Amino acid sequence: MIGLQHYLVVSAALFALGVLGLLTRRNAVHVLMSIELILNAANVNLVAFSRYAGGGLGGQVFAVFVIVVAAAEVAVGLAIVLTLYRLRRTPNLDDADILKG
Amino acid sequence: MSGEAVVFWIFATLTVASAAVVVLSRTLIYSAFSLLVTFFGVAGLYVLLGADFLAATQLLIYVGGILVLLLFGVMLTHKIYDLDLRSETTQLLSGLIVAAGLFVVLTAVALKAEWPSVERAPAPTTAGIGRLFLSDYLLPFEAASVLLLVALMGAAMIVRRRRDA
Repeated sequence: MIGLQHYLVVSAALFALGVLGLLTRRNAVHVLMSIELILNAANVNLVAFSRYAGGGLGGQVFAVFVIVVAAAEVAVGLAIVLTLYRLRRTPNLDDADILKG
Repeated sequence: MSGEAVVFWIFATLTVASAAVVVLSRTLIYSAFSLLVTFFGVAGLYVLLGADFLAATQLLIYVGGILVLLLFGVMLTHKIYDLDLRSETTQLLSGLIVAAGLFVVLTAVALKAEWPSVERAPAPTTAGIGRLFLSDYLLPFEAASVLLLVALMGAAMIVRRRRDA
């Protein structure tokens, strides 16, 4: 019998993997992918709670908002990464250590 | 094992394994394509959870939009003759410790806590979500549309080449 806990554990695994990628990767595009993993983990949690813990469709509506924010984030994030690449010729975050353009 | 359990384990394994490839692969392009499998797996989990609208949204926006954008990012931040798109790791040990600790704590909470168990019968959700958007969640809905517009314009502003500079 598949219950709420199964989904929570899968989501925890996704979240932990995302955090691992966020902490250990140097490439900015790779870090953006890890952030997408984390957002997906949060979404799985929201939808699982909406199914198994009552509360109606609110959780799914919230998940749609998370997807909207993820789309906005990846668009702006990639714009910044591309500008950084044009400026410094590298996608590595360690090299982005100055605060002037 | 019931049919639902079999399908759940297939999708769960697919999702977590491909997410591991996303994070651990040394080649950026493998990560990007593995992310595709992860998004499909999560969409499958949504279907199992009875969230049909979200599953379709996941496929449309994540696979059709975000993943394509990320692939553009991979391609544009490397020279085209750069065949192996390497991505280095840093502070691997401490990262592993933090991630493993997070996983253990989250799993312990998920397994130990007493969750309410009122299972909603699976039913089509699209009409309900649409009604909620235009009634209870109208203000966040409008704010989200403004956010998308601002993000689009901001992204275009950031990447444009300045002629005068």
